[in-house]
Amino acid sequence: MVTCLGDLFYPEVGERIVRLLQRLGVTVEFPSGQTCCGLPLFNSGHHDEAARVACRTVDVFAGAEHVVVPSGSCAWMVKHEYPGLMTDAASRAAAEGLAARTSELSQFLVKVLGRRKFQSAVEGTVTYHDSCHLLRGLHESQSPRALLRELAGARFVELAGADECCGFGGSFSVRLPEVSTAILDKKLANVEASGAACVVACDAGCLMQMRGGLSRRGSRVRALHLAEVLDPDRDVQ
Amino acid sequence: MSDPDLATPFRERASRALGDAFLKEALTIATTKFITLRQEAFGDYPEGEELRDRARAIKEATLQHLDQHLERLIDNVERRGGHVHYANTAEDARRIVLDIARRSGARLAVKSKSMATEEIHLNEALEAAGVTPIETDLGEYIIQLAHERPSHIIAPAIHKTKGQVAELFARELKRETRPDPEMLTRIAREELREKFLQADLGITGANFAVAETGTVVLVTNEGNGRMATSLPRVHVAVMGVEKVVPSMTDLAVFLAILAKSATGQKLSVYTSLVDGPRRSGELEGPEEFHLVLLDNGRIKQIAGTLREALYCLRCGACLNVCPVYRQIGGHAYGYTYPGPIGILLTAMLEGPESVKDLAHASSLCGACADACPVRIDIPRMLIELRKEVVERRIAPWPERVVFGAFGWLLRHPALYRLSAPIARLLQRPFARGGRIPRLPLFFGDWTRTRDLPIVAARTFQERWAELERRR
Repeated sequence: MVTCLGDLFYPEVGERIVRLLQRLGVTVEFPSGQTCCGLPLFNSGHHDEAARVACRTVDVFAGAEHVVVPSGSCAWMVKHEYPGLMTDAASRAAAEGLAARTSELSQFLVKVLGRRKFQSAVEGTVTYHDSCHLLRGLHESQSPRALLRELAGARFVELAGADECCGFGGSFSVRLPEVSTAILDKKLANVEASGAACVVACDAGCLMQMRGGLSRRGSRVRALHLAEVLDPDRDVQ
Repeated sequence: MSDPDLATPFRERASRALGDAFLKEALTIATTKFITLRQEAFGDYPEGEELRDRARAIKEATLQHLDQHLERLIDNVERRGGHVHYANTAEDARRIVLDIARRSGARLAVKSKSMATEEIHLNEALEAAGVTPIETDLGEYIIQLAHERPSHIIAPAIHKTKGQVAELFARELKRETRPDPEMLTRIAREELREKFLQADLGITGANFAVAETGTVVLVTNEGNGRMATSLPRVHVAVMGVEKVVPSMTDLAVFLAILAKSATGQKLSVYTSLVDGPRRSGELEGPEEFHLVLLDNGRIKQIAGTLREALYCLRCGACLNVCPVYRQIGGHAYGYTYPGPIGILLTAMLEGPESVKDLAHASSLCGACADACPVRIDIPRMLIELRKEVVERRIAPWPERVVFGAFGWLLRHPALYRLSAPIARLLQRPFARGGRIPRLPLFFGDWTRTRDLPIVAARTFQERWAELERRR
């Protein structure tokens, strides 16, 4: 599942994931007809619309053995909310099936494939921002850290306040842009204080927010998706 | 009851709070301290997680048969010589307290910290009836002197720095002050001691009331609660109906997690168990004891979408960890109860229309639900409130149109794919070096402080189609 933000704004992330997975021996399919998981509709209370989108998405991925999602929030939507949105038993069973087959990327690499050692595609120090849905929704903090700690050719440092929100929150970032920015400023101050050359996240929403803030303040720190720091072409030396 | 401030839209109230440097300093220091202390308290207490589950289960089960537990509580309070009053609304509750004050001829009332009395706006009513209320919790005393409202559930003056308190005391009490917490506390203590001795009426809230014994429980740190319940001739406790717990064994579960969640203490300095009026042979305690049970919209929610909000212990942990609260503080919310739980309680007390903007004052990061001692799923209920606002059609029409169109687009993949080339055309005049620094209209709210990414020259779907062709 490429996700809407991944499709429109960060297609290179999707491409890298495809290369990475293929190299690890995974057959990658990309079912056509993908749009968005419907999380923005759900979070804003438009649940009828979200349910229709969810039904479609369940159909689109009906034939997949595993569904890999590059964003914790979209993975959470599929795994956590889809079944409850369905109105009849058959659709609910189908949604539960999809939920069970869906993993966020870091979870897929570490927990499904059992791979943690990768060559780094970046140099210097990297740090990690926990995206809220991955951390508190899917209770995942260790898989991304395991990958980053073992990254050959880069050094991992913890970020102060790593588990605090970046202020994105989907429509929250436009409904209350001043508050959203104040929360972001605090996050970016911590990122800059960490001394890392890049901050890694597993959610396109957080990346959009952090990149937007970093580039506006002319920072040299880069906000990268996990897939952008794992080298898809080189084995660990 | 709403504040005059509410005429200003929430977004503006929040922005104004963001511009207050003192507020920022005070909030950062206090919430960071609370977060650290709470983590340390639970870190040293491995059984804490299981106790949180038990506390939640007790709340669930108690609400299931709330009528029976309340009846038992009432019987036991009356058996011990206390009087129980039931208030359906805030107005009822005010009238009951004023009647008690009138009958006892009270002129001066000392109060210990109570959100329930804030909720019913009791102080204004007392003043209008010629009874002077004096807040005796240090934080409440500070904000009463400043003519403000609490901005945090357990730390009402959290928005003030020590420098501001020193200035306030100098101005209002005509005393010489320094921004030294010890000195300021000593001044408050001297001022308050006189009031305790003069007061005819003691008004408190209640953290819990134990049905099996008829005991009202107050959890405080300054000892003012004990003075307010024992020195004046008459004691009135005002309590939300959901605060009843069945037994002393249940109480122990809550006491084990409440202070840890609130201030990071193992227990608060004082846990006062109040068993009604003084009995013959006892040396202290009031001659009269009244318990006011407050409904004010609570009973209706036992079967409502906000049911879980009735589990709330008023510890304030969700405020301390909330990224929004930590930036804007409590006053910007505009109602008695601030922060994530405050939005739910406001919806309960004032109806869902009152929170159509506040329901969006959350990034849904989930830190509140994690910190809540009874694991109230606050983000889930905020989403439910948003849903209610959508379904009742009280959401603004542009929002309904935008989300309706968005939902439709997501179900039509061919048109969805067409949105990329259209967006590329539209973004052309605004794109600078691979990013968008400024957009007009509604989008300008994002780009005022952050760059936007551009829609890629080729989306992933376009790239994949090409890869497929080549295969």
